[in-house]
Amino acid sequence: MNFDPRYSGRNFSSVGTRPIRPDGIDKVTGRARYGADFNMAGQLVGRILRSPHAHAVIKKIDTSKAEKLAGVKAVITAKDLPDLTDGDAAMYDILDNSMARTKALYDGHAVAAVAAIDARIARQALKLIEVDYEVLPHITDVDEAAQHHAPLINDQIFTEGLEEKPAKPSNVTKRTQFGHGDVHKGFAQADFIVERSFKTEQTHQGYIEPHACVASVNPDGTADLWVCTQGHFVYRQHCAQLLGLEASKLRVTSSEIGGGFGGKTHVWAEPVALALSRKAGRPVKLVMTRDEVFRASGPTSATSIDVKIGARKDGTITAAEATLRYSCGPYAGSWAEIGAMTAFACYNLENVKTVGYEVLVNRPKTAAYRAPSAPMAAFAVESAVDELAHELGMNAVDFRIKNAAQEGTRASYGPVYGPIGIGPTLEAVKNHPHMKAPLKANQGRGMACGFWFNFGGQTCTDLNIGMDGSVSLAVGTVDVGGSRASLSLVAAEELGIDYSQVKAIVADTSSLGYNDMTDGSRGTFSSSMATISAARNAIKILRDRAAQMWDIPVDDVVWEKGHAIAKGEKYGNLSPLSLKDIAAKSGTTGGPIAGHSELVADGAGVSFATHICDIEVDPETGATRVIRYTVVQDAGKAVHPTYVEGQYQGGAAQGIGWALNEEYIYGKDGRLQNAGFLDYRIPVCSDLPMIDTQILEIPNPNHPYGVRGVGETSIVPPLAAIANAVSNAVGVRMTHIPMSPPRILAALDAEREG
Amino acid sequence: MRYIRPLSIEDAVGELAKAVGPAAILAGGSDLLVRMKGGFIEPELIVDIKAISGLADITQTADGFRIGAAVPCAVLGENKAVRKAWPGVVEAANLIGSKQVQGRCTITGNLCNASPAADSVPALVAAAAKAVVAGPSGKRTIAVESVPTGPGRTSLAKGEIIEAILLDKRPEHAGDAYLRFIPRTEMDIAVVSAGVNLTLDDKGAIKTARVALGAAAPTVLLVEEAGQVLVGSRLDEATLERLAKICSGACRPIDDKRGTIEFRRKVAGVLAQRAAAIAYKRAGGK
Repeated sequence: MNFDPRYSGRNFSSVGTRPIRPDGIDKVTGRARYGADFNMAGQLVGRILRSPHAHAVIKKIDTSKAEKLAGVKAVITAKDLPDLTDGDAAMYDILDNSMARTKALYDGHAVAAVAAIDARIARQALKLIEVDYEVLPHITDVDEAAQHHAPLINDQIFTEGLEEKPAKPSNVTKRTQFGHGDVHKGFAQADFIVERSFKTEQTHQGYIEPHACVASVNPDGTADLWVCTQGHFVYRQHCAQLLGLEASKLRVTSSEIGGGFGGKTHVWAEPVALALSRKAGRPVKLVMTRDEVFRASGPTSATSIDVKIGARKDGTITAAEATLRYSCGPYAGSWAEIGAMTAFACYNLENVKTVGYEVLVNRPKTAAYRAPSAPMAAFAVESAVDELAHELGMNAVDFRIKNAAQEGTRASYGPVYGPIGIGPTLEAVKNHPHMKAPLKANQGRGMACGFWFNFGGQTCTDLNIGMDGSVSLAVGTVDVGGSRASLSLVAAEELGIDYSQVKAIVADTSSLGYNDMTDGSRGTFSSSMATISAARNAIKILRDRAAQMWDIPVDDVVWEKGHAIAKGEKYGNLSPLSLKDIAAKSGTTGGPIAGHSELVADGAGVSFATHICDIEVDPETGATRVIRYTVVQDAGKAVHPTYVEGQYQGGAAQGIGWALNEEYIYGKDGRLQNAGFLDYRIPVCSDLPMIDTQILEIPNPNHPYGVRGVGETSIVPPLAAIANAVSNAVGVRMTHIPMSPPRILAALDAEREG
Repeated sequence: MRYIRPLSIEDAVGELAKAVGPAAILAGGSDLLVRMKGGFIEPELIVDIKAISGLADITQTADGFRIGAAVPCAVLGENKAVRKAWPGVVEAANLIGSKQVQGRCTITGNLCNASPAADSVPALVAAAAKAVVAGPSGKRTIAVESVPTGPGRTSLAKGEIIEAILLDKRPEHAGDAYLRFIPRTEMDIAVVSAGVNLTLDDKGAIKTARVALGAAAPTVLLVEEAGQVLVGSRLDEATLERLAKICSGACRPIDDKRGTIEFRRKVAGVLAQRAAAIAYKRAGGK
């Protein structure tokens, strides 16, 4: 395939407009089918029994009473999910997390499951399962877990990445290091040094739709899974491997998705539903409750981060260093590693060093959450940068501009940047009216920068042209943020037709080749590249058919603005043929017209954003109110600007919640205290101001339209921007996220008491 | 499970009195249904009181107001006379849950749920509201603060139902107010709260005062000393200081997922000061 993905600097007619989304009507009228909206004849209700203990050996599980209960069709334990992972440690962790094998590793860890004819019987059956636990000491705090004397979660873990293999096991699974230059030398050159420690608490993605699926396993080894997911192809691979099915015989269909933000990139209850269906011989529907979602799916890491940054009087940073400890839940991960890569990515640094430590705790398995690991690192670094600017007596924006990375800068995590947007977002912020707006008493302003890698990956797309000239686009990336609208715009752009002629759908795993999941802000970036390629392949056929209709050589036919045109004066009497004209004749010119594309979308351009936030703090109660918020971010090219703005606003809103009130609260017993939206406090509508956005377009050289991913970067700066705003409002540096009212009031009281 | 919808209070009392297993009263259901769905309770009998004559009515009497046990808080909020006389009680009732919940929930249910963080209860206690209790041995009228005895526990005996809440007629120069602290702007549970009810003499000095605190102890607290310190004052700074100190001192809070002991103590005082200032202004004080 000779597809050229390079940026071409064309003029757009469809891309950049703001049509209504094709999935809109269904969503606002309640017709859209989410995970729990699928039903099958004869389906059973699946329910999962979960450990009430943070850490316990499972000595024995007696399911006999539950099995005898009328209406119960299957009861399973880990024995029904034998280990087929063949030494693949990451898959084994997914298996063990789906159903605890020998130990319950957190409050909420699945230990058994039932399928029954209704929910009431399923609930009764759970109560009849007897689990004999030997409760072990537990550990939930990331700093305490990293200590030598902490209870061990897995005695087979010896810290990787050290010069020598340690003699004793530890909860620290891995050490990673990034950077270049000599930080000791750099700090020696500094006139000012800021050194501080920061903590962030664990948060959940907080998607409104709980995990839900219907699994149906047939006796012939074929199976169907309808599921709410960010990546049905990945779910198929994982479920097939865990269940011992052939991937091609497991057909996975993704539902509409009520939010994922990374939490639906990972299988949780789906293997359990399949195992129940296999044992019961009937379809099983499994829908997690909100309590289960919080206790047993997808939180991000809690972190503890030390930062040290030094600068000369002229504002040049001479050295920067960070040590980052990230919780992984009870299974090994690479979360601190990502934090260590992103921490200083915004800056051009001569001497930089970051070290990450992955730490096991008795909490749910950490999953990706929108630019995973980057917001916490940015909070620590951008707080220190802000403080250093104050100490230098420099404007915080100017200080960042002076040290910002640019094209040709060697990033702290290794690569050399191409054209990037950090400088332009800072310049835009410097000139933004928000920065000049007056502040009242008890109000403070903060700003901060953020970085995210973005990702491309494997992508496969079909474009079919109907005989009526309408275009059906089948993509394999789940639409989490309006990508069906964006991809329809791209198809319309490339074919030169109207947006309304294109209908995009998300195809199931048996209808398209493998697609990576919608993560890493790749949905629109990679599928638009594949859509452009598929459209160009379709255009070749359209030209060929036009040539046949005219009976002229295909080389004399060009495609312009949705029409085949016969090139040259000798064809002056031939009127252009529209896509519709050609499609109408397709039955007699060679059959259906389609374009296919399969590719690895390389070159996802890195993404930068800078945010500004104004906060008012009630000094008597510690209450906060976000009074103004502005997002400036580079989109490369905004395909559908409304959804780009939506991504910017959504990331900021989630960041505001994380910064101010969201946190997992564990009791001394290791049990989660706030497994619900009442006490896990995401912002409600009235908590947020209108979030202003400014889209910058610095084209990505590796995409035909210059597109960069936009979904994740917007959650990176808010923690720091808000912390800087609160710190500026109250005159005390806030170092612990969330800055809940009790924490702010305690910090103020400590300051008042001096 | 058996669900019944009796038409008289006597029938409701009779069914509850003879119930063998766990029984529950259903008015708005905004606590009951949530607890049932969460699997925390599985009642064998549910007595829906919404069809009982008079229970869904707000009646103005010579002595004040009678608010039936099945009156939703949204309906209470639309009643101009109650709103004028007891703005603090009404604003407290209209902070419960969300707009949707307020269409169902009742102040009687809020009282009987016996949460120390109940929003309407500190305002009712400050207002010296009374509860009319119907039971197997007839009717009695008790102070609202005697209903909750601990988190989730009440003084009501088997078979007893609160059929109405009574609020006194207001004299001239009277005002009340309720404030709660939540980290968000709505749809949350009070971390700590304060209700203040004042009457003024003709010269604008405080004549009577009642102060109640929520989420500060196992039950809503009536802080009599805080009321006493206000009497005779015009809410000068020194009085407000003393009010805050007394309220902070009266708290017996806990550390939990919603807040710390220190935070609740301190903010109880701050809210009492702010609620007193609003009530004073509403009473016509300057």
